[in-house]
Amino acid sequence: MNMLSEPGRFNEGDVSGIDWSHLDALEAEAIFILREVAAQCSNVALLFSGGKDSAVVLRLAKRAFFPERIPFTLMHIDTGHNFPEVIAFRDRIVKERGLRLVVRSVGDSIRNGRVRLRDESEPRNPHQSVTLLDAISELGFDACIGGARRDEEKARAKERIFSFRDEFGQWDPKNQRPEIWSLYNARVAPGENIRVFPISNWTELDVWQYIRRQRIPLPELYFSHRRQVVRRNGSLVPVTDLTSPRRLVMPSKKYKCVSVPLAISPARPRSNRVRPR
Amino acid sequence: MDLSLLTDGLLAEREQGITIDVAYRYFATPARKFIIGDSPGHAQYTRNMVTAASTADVAILLVDARHGLQVQTRRHAYLARWVGIPRVMLAVNKMDLVDDGRQVFDDISEQFNSFASELGFDEVSSIPVSALRGDNVVERSHALDWYSGPTLLQYLEAVPARHDEQAGRFRFPVQRVVRIADGNVQPGSGYEDKQFRGYQGTIASGSVCVGEEVVVLPSGAKAKVAGILTADGEIDEAITDAAVTLLLDADVDISRGDLVSAAAAVPYLRNEFDAEVCWFDQQPLDSLRPYLIKHGGTTVRARFSLLRHRVDVDTLKLEKNPASLVMNDIAGVRLRSQRTLAFDAYRDNRVTGAFIVIDDTSNRTVAAGTIS
Repeated sequence: MNMLSEPGRFNEGDVSGIDWSHLDALEAEAIFILREVAAQCSNVALLFSGGKDSAVVLRLAKRAFFPERIPFTLMHIDTGHNFPEVIAFRDRIVKERGLRLVVRSVGDSIRNGRVRLRDESEPRNPHQSVTLLDAISELGFDACIGGARRDEEKARAKERIFSFRDEFGQWDPKNQRPEIWSLYNARVAPGENIRVFPISNWTELDVWQYIRRQRIPLPELYFSHRRQVVRRNGSLVPVTDLTSPRRLVMPSKKYKCVSVPLAISPARPRSNRVRPR
Repeated sequence: MDLSLLTDGLLAEREQGITIDVAYRYFATPARKFIIGDSPGHAQYTRNMVTAASTADVAILLVDARHGLQVQTRRHAYLARWVGIPRVMLAVNKMDLVDDGRQVFDDISEQFNSFASELGFDEVSSIPVSALRGDNVVERSHALDWYSGPTLLQYLEAVPARHDEQAGRFRFPVQRVVRIADGNVQPGSGYEDKQFRGYQGTIASGSVCVGEEVVVLPSGAKAKVAGILTADGEIDEAITDAAVTLLLDADVDISRGDLVSAAAAVPYLRNEFDAEVCWFDQQPLDSLRPYLIKHGGTTVRARFSLLRHRVDVDTLKLEKNPASLVMNDIAGVRLRSQRTLAFDAYRDNRVTGAFIVIDDTSNRTVAAGTIS
């Protein structure tokens, strides 16, 4: 049982005060982790999608290394199913910071046969891991930093902060390295790698509080706005270039305009939103 | 309702009906935010229990009122104390399944108190609970009205956290040396035209002010703190747990793994030291071969030069000079390292007094140790 500082001490306007809030504790832990990756690993990718968790990790990296430029390569595994706002946001951030971004796309993996969809409408998110593993071996990364959190899902609640992947890119949850104190062991043999999750201990609420405190810019679509959606299999699906009206099971009222705040993945119900580990 | 469905998130765990690895859970009350590291009771997975315990402020040991203290309860109490958790709480569960609950609870908590007091905790307490009925978890219950102490949640909201108790001498393990020179500066940082060398790290204990005299170990070079840098700019003072970049006034040779320390109170500097280790790996210790020791930012080769004793966690008796160590053994050892290390005793400093042992062929973390 670990106790962070009292949430009551969190003061949203105060960034520089000596008062030590739970956000300060979480930030300091994440900075330590990011510096440790930079020190122990030689070729590090920071997975950056333009989504809120990766925006937080990127901000933490900026603060961890300030005033040095972030010593990582940004990598986006692009499903091709992103809102254009998110891609524009991604590209703007990368340009402003003078960072190096590599994009590898699930679409390419489909075209070259590494990923086979059962049909066009199958969600692409579960296939991101194939593209990710190919990119890791192509670019020779020995560590990959991700924005996954332990409060997201039951299996992830078990994952270490420095999580070992074998030469097949696989996580063996039954045989994880012990992770004692903050003595992280990032040693790997060639072909193996470490996934690093600096915001493992953050909750969804912590992420939003930190975004507010640090005024981290996000793509507009995180905030409530009007958007055209249609109902499909019980989900509200936004109308984008990828939403084919022909396949919609909506005989009469084809387009229904509803104002809802939308999550980042455009065309899929939440249960399919699996990010690559 | 099967509560283990909440924390046993792995398929193998549901198949076998056991918890294999730590499940981290998060909750908050108006008073505090909590992280639960729910860890397995099975001996085979002791290393996972240690993983959870090593970052904990308080340990809750769960026992079944029908069975009382088990060897694993004692092992976990021992390990909780070994990793320096100051307070332990025994939650005597399934009180709804025993007759004469008060007597049962008194017997178990008395047994536990006498065992745990030998271990040197600051505070040992027990609470009778029924997780099934929710008795004494959040609310107290009529069924256990003979118990007048706090509920589990009241206890957790009031117990001191380690962060409230920090003090000590200034210790700063250097994680990274950063040189701002051409080409690696953040655009818009205001440092585009400056050149400097700084030392990134997290303050392990104590605090530091600009102008203070420090010593860099193991070299022994002295310097003054010329600046303390954070992403929000330069600050005058930094406290324990703060992740900062230190600037020094003298051009001293510093690399990752060095320890910046208060000049007035320096740590030990040795290449041979005594420690208590917990062996995690399925492969037993081979005292003829060298291992890697990771201590702060340093990784050095080291040998187990002496196996002093093995602890019997049930009786706390010491078995002298064991031939080897196998998984889950806790032992007093002597280590000899290839290079001089700057360290404190673990009881004085949980960062500079701790290390892990890595097998350099498998790269596995095979043991953890606390310096005596």
